[in-house]
Amino acid sequence: MRIKGRVWKYGDDVNTDVIFPGKYTYTVSDPNEMARHALEDLDPSFAKEAKPGDVIVAGKNFGCGSSREQAATCLKALGIGAVIAKSFARIFYRNAINQGLPVVQCSAIYDLIDKGEEIEIDLDEGKIFSQKGVFSFPLLPEFVRGIIEDGGLIPHIRKRLGKV
Amino acid sequence: MGMTFAEKILAKKSGLSQVKPGDVVTVEPDRVMSHDNAASIIKLFKSIGVERVWNADKIVIILDHAVPAPTDKHALNHKEIREFVKEQGIKNFYDTDSDGGVCHQVFCEEGFALPGHLILGSDSHTCTYGAFGAFSTGIGRSEMAAIWAVGRIWLRVPESIRIELEGEFPQGVYAKDLILRIIGDLGADGADYRSVEFSGSAVKDMSISDRMTLCNMVIEMGAKNGVIEPDDKILSYLDGIAKSEFEIVKADPDAFYERVLRYDLSKIEPLVAKPHGVDNVLPVREVRGVRINQAFIGTCTNGRIEDLRIAARLLKGRRIAKGVRLIVIPASWRVYKQALREGVLEILIDSGAIIAPPGCGPCMGNHLGILAPGEVCISTANRNFKGRMGNPESEIYLASPATVAVSALMGFIADPREVL
Repeated sequence: MRIKGRVWKYGDDVNTDVIFPGKYTYTVSDPNEMARHALEDLDPSFAKEAKPGDVIVAGKNFGCGSSREQAATCLKALGIGAVIAKSFARIFYRNAINQGLPVVQCSAIYDLIDKGEEIEIDLDEGKIFSQKGVFSFPLLPEFVRGIIEDGGLIPHIRKRLGKV
Repeated sequence: MGMTFAEKILAKKSGLSQVKPGDVVTVEPDRVMSHDNAASIIKLFKSIGVERVWNADKIVIILDHAVPAPTDKHALNHKEIREFVKEQGIKNFYDTDSDGGVCHQVFCEEGFALPGHLILGSDSHTCTYGAFGAFSTGIGRSEMAAIWAVGRIWLRVPESIRIELEGEFPQGVYAKDLILRIIGDLGADGADYRSVEFSGSAVKDMSISDRMTLCNMVIEMGAKNGVIEPDDKILSYLDGIAKSEFEIVKADPDAFYERVLRYDLSKIEPLVAKPHGVDNVLPVREVRGVRINQAFIGTCTNGRIEDLRIAARLLKGRRIAKGVRLIVIPASWRVYKQALREGVLEILIDSGAIIAPPGCGPCMGNHLGILAPGEVCISTANRNFKGRMGNPESEIYLASPATVAVSALMGFIADPREVL
């Protein structure tokens, strides 16, 4: 699986409240409407300008805070190709996988990459290609990649149970 | 080599004799918990195509995020949940009535949080049940829907950190100050994906309420779970209320910990977490004088009878500052009734506070105390992220119930030792 897009760059501890504000958690349920609020309290330009395939590059502890899965759903619905971070908070990490949103743990790229640069990620090779060089990251376990490739946990379970 | 609590319980639940950090195990939870987000879990569950939930008795649903429903969308969510629990025969359902309250509080009061149990909840503060010796952690909605369908989930065995607590709190210092100190020291990701075990003589002296406050907030430093070895205090609390059988799981004495930290409680002072990070921790004296518009006492972190008593003791016979709104939300109706019986609510009301019905209230910006742009709130909750209480231009300081009460009295952030 390969992902190609422009970089949106953010800092450490990007929490789930700024990714998808709590006040919308029980009033907004359509993924396309969720997408319009993505990163609303961090960068209001993001949801308006991000294009399918674009990639978030962030510092440590991306997605800390609440268990709200909408934090992953809104990024996926906006067409975000992947999130690359120095580290992830565990519930967001799982939620992203379960929404079929690739998560890449890579510290080396952070200081070298700028907002707006084009990069390409090869999830099966564990490599990020950019103008600044090639960066490696540890591959996700095969069964986890299987969940992402199936489009998330629900389609994955449906497939496993023979419901497709 | 012995095993930590997390290793031991995950080995036991997955039928293995030994596991190590990094291993992935598949387990069946003893109990799962959801709140208002059950409505969207139901939709995901139905999309899987399975007719019946795997085990109706193991599912607990407690409405708390927005009760009574503030909008028609919330009302529709609640209605869909009521229909589903009826259809599926889910008896452990706590609706908008006087058996309810904040999900984590009710879950513990009702005897669902049990030693040696593996509990998963579709809420990040599910880690609270570690106060009873359970392995409990938060998961997302898709994962909960998948558990409802197949009864199983994969978990990675976490590394463990042990935090040894010794000494006694000085006057005006509480478990909330301690956990803020620890989060401030370790950082918002200092325990990312780790299991945190609290031990030491000071833990034994702590009330169950204080233990819940500690375990509740481990997620704010990224932890997967927090746990305290159950003692007689826990066993006598559970006597007669435990919802099922349980077997205590303890860490081995020779288990390996990635880090062992020690805290002397007598060295802790009243603290706040400044906007907009829980690890942005400073002594109250360094922010003394910051004007507040609202003070909030409640939530799964600090809305218990012990917390309300502390506030009442400080506010008795006094009146909160003009221009400050003090909102008190007991964590459950059981807490509410106890506070009513003890006269705690009357003292708080006489001081100028308003009491709202048990639930999460304004904690994550749903209702009952949303902030306006430019407003400052001091709160006993667990998160102060930008926009958390409904507006990105407002500011939230986190503190103990004593610090919040005294700040309401003064009209600005103040140290409880000034009044005690």
